[in-house]
Amino acid sequence: MNATARQSEGKRSRPAAKMAASPAPKPIYIVDGVRTPFLKAKNAPGPFTASDLATAAGSALLMRQPFAPDQLDEVILGCASPSPDEVNIGRVVALRLGCGNQVPGWTVMRNCASGMQAIDSAIANLQCGRSQLVLAGGVDALSHAPLLFSEKMVRWLAGWYAARSTGDKLAMLKTFRLGHLAPVIGIMKGLTDPIVGQLMGQTAENLAWKFGITREDMDAFAVESHRRVCAGQDAGHYADEIAPLIDRDGQVYAADDGVRRDSSMANLAKLKPFFDKKYGRVTPGNSSQITDGAAWLVLASEEAVVRHGLKPLGRIVDSQWAGLAPDQMGLGPVHATMPILQRHGLAPNDLDAWELNEAFAAQVIACLRAFADDDYCRTHFGVDAPGAPEASRLNVDGGAVALGHPVGASGARIVLHLLEVLRRNGGGRGLATICIGGGQGGAMLVETV
Amino acid sequence: MSANMQQDWKHWRLRREDTGLAWLELDKADSSTNVLSSEVMSEFARVLDALDAAPPKALVIASAKPAGFIAGADIEEFSRLDSVLAARMLVERGWLLFNRLAAVPYPTLALIRGHCMGGGLELALACRHRIVVDEPGTKLALPEVMLGIVPGWGGMLRLPALIGPAAALDLMLTGKSVDAKKAKRLGLADDCVPARVMESAARIVALGGKPARKLSAKERATRRAMNGPLRKRVADKARAQAARKVSRTNYPAPFAIVDIWEKYAGNALDVPGSDPSSLDAIFTSPTARNLVRVFHLQERLKAFGKDSDFAPRHMHVVGAGVMGGDIAAVCALRGMTVTLQDQSVERIAPAIARAAKLFERRHKGDARQVRFTLDRLIPDPKGQGVARADVIIEAIFENLEVKRSLFADLEAHARPDAVLATNTSSLRLEDIATALKDPSRLVGIHFFNPVPMLPLVEVVQGEATDAEVLRRATGFVRRIDKLPLPVQSAPGFLVNAVLGPYMLEALRCVEEGVAPETVDAALVAFGMPMGPVELVDTVGLDIAVAAGKALAGEGAEPPAQLLKLVGEGKLGRKSGEGYYRWVDGRAVKGAGKAAAKGGLLGGLLCRLWGTPASEAPPPIPAGLAERVLASLLAATRRCVELGVVADADLADAGVIFGTGFAPHTGGPLNYCESKGQPG
Repeated sequence: MNATARQSEGKRSRPAAKMAASPAPKPIYIVDGVRTPFLKAKNAPGPFTASDLATAAGSALLMRQPFAPDQLDEVILGCASPSPDEVNIGRVVALRLGCGNQVPGWTVMRNCASGMQAIDSAIANLQCGRSQLVLAGGVDALSHAPLLFSEKMVRWLAGWYAARSTGDKLAMLKTFRLGHLAPVIGIMKGLTDPIVGQLMGQTAENLAWKFGITREDMDAFAVESHRRVCAGQDAGHYADEIAPLIDRDGQVYAADDGVRRDSSMANLAKLKPFFDKKYGRVTPGNSSQITDGAAWLVLASEEAVVRHGLKPLGRIVDSQWAGLAPDQMGLGPVHATMPILQRHGLAPNDLDAWELNEAFAAQVIACLRAFADDDYCRTHFGVDAPGAPEASRLNVDGGAVALGHPVGASGARIVLHLLEVLRRNGGGRGLATICIGGGQGGAMLVETV
Repeated sequence: MSANMQQDWKHWRLRREDTGLAWLELDKADSSTNVLSSEVMSEFARVLDALDAAPPKALVIASAKPAGFIAGADIEEFSRLDSVLAARMLVERGWLLFNRLAAVPYPTLALIRGHCMGGGLELALACRHRIVVDEPGTKLALPEVMLGIVPGWGGMLRLPALIGPAAALDLMLTGKSVDAKKAKRLGLADDCVPARVMESAARIVALGGKPARKLSAKERATRRAMNGPLRKRVADKARAQAARKVSRTNYPAPFAIVDIWEKYAGNALDVPGSDPSSLDAIFTSPTARNLVRVFHLQERLKAFGKDSDFAPRHMHVVGAGVMGGDIAAVCALRGMTVTLQDQSVERIAPAIARAAKLFERRHKGDARQVRFTLDRLIPDPKGQGVARADVIIEAIFENLEVKRSLFADLEAHARPDAVLATNTSSLRLEDIATALKDPSRLVGIHFFNPVPMLPLVEVVQGEATDAEVLRRATGFVRRIDKLPLPVQSAPGFLVNAVLGPYMLEALRCVEEGVAPETVDAALVAFGMPMGPVELVDTVGLDIAVAAGKALAGEGAEPPAQLLKLVGEGKLGRKSGEGYYRWVDGRAVKGAGKAAAKGGLLGGLLCRLWGTPASEAPPPIPAGLAERVLASLLAATRRCVELGVVADADLADAGVIFGTGFAPHTGGPLNYCESKGQPG
C-alpha cells in the first residue's frame, strides 16, 4: 500500500507499480466522519477561522463516538494555509476539541491533497502499530488568507526600525514610495505554481488546450455539477455528513452556500476568463470556488474497532501518490489511480463510484479524456487506455465547482462522501482522487464493510 | 539562610535569607485556609517582636496555603461575640496590630496569590508594597459590608489613601472583589506578575527601597483634593449611591463606612457610642447578626454534596430555550463539555449567541478563554451526546406526555450510570418517572431564571428517587458552583410554592385598586430585590396563571385582571406590556409613584434586577407590605410543616437565595420569630 510511483513525461512506468507495496497490510477502518458546510468566501474574512471550523466539525464528530476524545492516539490535520498564529493547527484543534494535553496533534501539507495526506499519514501510523485510533482530516479558511507586505515594504521597514537617529529616520522617510504599500494577496501567491510561475487556472488552460476542451464543455460540466449538488441536497445526501455551524451572533450555517440553483449555460456564458484574460476559457464559473471548510474522519485499526465496539462505515484498501509535470497538475488523478487500478486488476467502471475532485471543470474533463486516450496511457503507463468512468458513477452528487474547494479539506471530504454514495447504493468499492498543485495526484481505494 | 530563633509558632514561619530579606509565611494550623483568628493575630504580634529584636533588611509576607493568601477574619469567632465590648476589643486589637505593622522601619511587602479578603487585605494594606499574582483565583476585597460590619482593621484608613476615596468607597460599600490586573490598575498593587517570577519580583521590590508606587501629578492632585477639600462632597455622593440601593435602617454598615472615613479618619474606635456609625450601633443592630446567619446558611448549602466525589465531565441538556440554554452555558463555564439539544439547529442558535455574550462578560475580554468555553458548548440537534453524558437535564416545555416519551427515549440511550434529571417546575416528578423502566433514576434539578445570576438550585427527591442519584445530582450542583437545596417533590417545591401566594396577594391588592407601583414600592422598601407585580411581569403572566393553577389546583380563580391581560396577549416583559409597559428591558413606572429602595449591597445575591428609582414616592398605605408578606410567610411555614425542606433554616436559606428575600431579616421565618410571630 502507499507505493509512490515516480513518473515523468515520456517515461514509462515501472512494472513495480503493479505490485502491492506491503504484503497483507492490516485493515484500516473508517469509523465515522463529519464536515462543516462549505462556506463561499465573500471578499472578506468569513465568520469562522480555520481552527474554528475544524473544532466545530470535530466536536460534532467526537460527541457521537463511544470513546472519549482523550482516547485518540493522535490528531492529524491537513491544512494548506494555516494562519500565522496557529501554524501547527492540528495541535491547536486537538486541544480545542478537549483531547487533552497528552494526545499529540500535528499538521500536514500537500497543497490541495492536505486532507488526503492526513488520512494517509494516519494509515501509515495505523499500519505500523504506532496508533490504533486517529482523528484525521483537513481544513482551510481561504477567506482568511492574509494580505502580505511586499518585499520592498519589508525591506523598507527593516531599515526604518534600524534607523536610530532622527537624521537616519528622515533619510529613510525620503526613500519611502507609496507603491510599497500595495499588498501581496496571499491567496494568489498560494495558487501560483512556484516552479512554472503559472496560476492553477492557467494549468487548467494548458489541459483544455491539450485535449481540445471548449468553453461550452466546461460550462456544461459546471451546470451539471450545480444540478447534482442541488439534487443531492434535496434528497438529503449531504445531511449526515454536515454538522451545522452557529456563529457568536446566533447565525446558523447549515448547508453549503456556494451552490447556485439558477446555474445555467446562459448565466455562465456571461463570465469572463479569469486566468488567461480575454483569450482563455477557464472562468470563475467553471472553476471550483474559494471556500472555507473542514472535514474529519475517525480512522481505526481492527484492534480499536473491537476494543471500543465501533461500527465502521468502510475500509481504505489502498492509496497512491503520483507526480507529474507541474503545468499538467490537473491530470494528477489519472496518474494516481492507474497504479491502483493495475494493482487490483480493476477497470474504471468496475468501481461503483468515483469522487474526482473538481478543481476545474477543464481538469476533470481532461482526466476523463486521458483515461480514454490510448496515446496518453501508452506514453505514461505503458498500457492501452482503460476507458473513462461513466458519468453516472462519477461525482454523482456534484463536486467542488458547485460546493467549493477549501483546499486542505477537499481530500478528506471526497473520501467521506464516497462512502456515503457507496452506502446508499448498497455498498461496494470506489475511488477518491484529487489533483494537487505543484504537479501531483493522490488516490484512495475504499470499500464498504 | 538561617533559622534563627526558630520559634514555637504554630501558624507563622519565618525564614531569613543571606541577603537580609525575611520571608514570613502564614500557614494556619489545622486548616486549609488562612484566617486571622485571635490566635493567629496574637502570634503575629510575637512575630513582630522577634523582627523588632533583629530587624530584617526587608520583609515579605506570603501564604503557605495553595488555597490563597488570607480569607479574612475568623467568622466563627466573630459569630460567637457576645457583647459590644468583645466586638470593640476585636476591632481594637487588629487596628493596633496593623498600625504597628505599618510603622516598622524596614520595607514590607505582601505577596498575594489567591484570595485576599477582609482582614487579609487590611494586613496587606499595612505593608509598604503589594505584589499580586496574575491568576484567575487572585481576588482582593473588603467584603465586611456583606456581613453588616465595617473594615475596622485599617481598611477604611488605608484603602482610600492608597487608591483614592472614590474607588475605595466603591469597593468597601459593595464588597465586590477585584482581580490581579484590576488591582494593579487601581494602584492597589505595585505590580501584577505571573507566578513563575513572583518570588523574584517580591525580592526585587522589597529590597529595592523605591517608594511604593509613583502617582502622576494629576493623580496626586485629585487624591489630595478628594481626601481634603472635596471630602464631604465625595462622602455625600457615596451616601447617595448607597441610599439608592438600601436604606440605612436595614443596612447601617455602608453608611457607617462613609461616616468613619469622612469624619473619623477611618478609625471606627473613635466614633462615640451614641453615633449611628459607632461599633455599638453596628454590632447591636439585628442586620449584622442576620447577615452572618445568611453567611452560615450559605455555608450549609455549600456543604451539601460534599459526600459525593461525582465529577461529571459531559453534560447533555435537552431544550435550548432560555432556561436550558443558560444551564448549558453555566456548565460550559465550569469546564464541562456540554451538548445542547433541541429540535433544530435554529432553535439552538439563540442559546449559543446568548452564551457567547455571557462568556465574554465572565472572561472579561480574555478572548482565548471565551473561545475555549464556546468550544465546550456543542450544538446537538440530533441528541447524539446522550450516549456519552454523565448528567442529562431536560428543560423543555411543561408537557407531561412529551416529557414522558423523552425520558423513555433518554433512558434507552443514556449510559446506565448517567444522572437523569428534569428541570420541571410544575409537573409531578412521579408522573414523569413512571415512564422510565427504572423510575428511581429520575431526580429533579430545578434552576431559577436568570440561571447565571441566581445561586439556588432545588434538588428534588421524588417518591422513587434513589439516594445515590440524589447525592450525585447534589454533587453536580456544587460542581457548577450553585447552592443545592434538597427539597421533596411537592407542588412548586419550596421557592415557587412561596412566591406563588405572595405574587397572588400582590395582584389582589392591585385588583382592589392599589397602583402596582405602590405595591412594589412597599415591598422594595421592606427589602425585596424587586416588587411582586414587577416580578409577575418578569416571570410572564401566562406562566403565572399556569403556575397558579398547578399550585392551587384548577378550582382557584386567578385574579380577573391577570386573565384579562393574558387574554389581550399582554404577557409582561417578554411581550412588552403586562402590569407595566416595558422599554429596553425595564418597567416604565408612573412618575412619582415608585419608591425604590431595595436589593442589597453588591454580590450577596441579587445585582440582577435593578429597579429604576424615581422621586417623591406616594404614601404607602400602612400594613400593605405586611399584608402581601403574610402570604409568603404562611407559605414558607407550610413548606416546613409539610416537610418540603428539612428544617426552618433551610427554608430561610432557600427563600433568600432563590427569591432574594430581604437578607437583612435573616430569612422569612427568622423574621417572623424576631417579630414575635410563630416561626
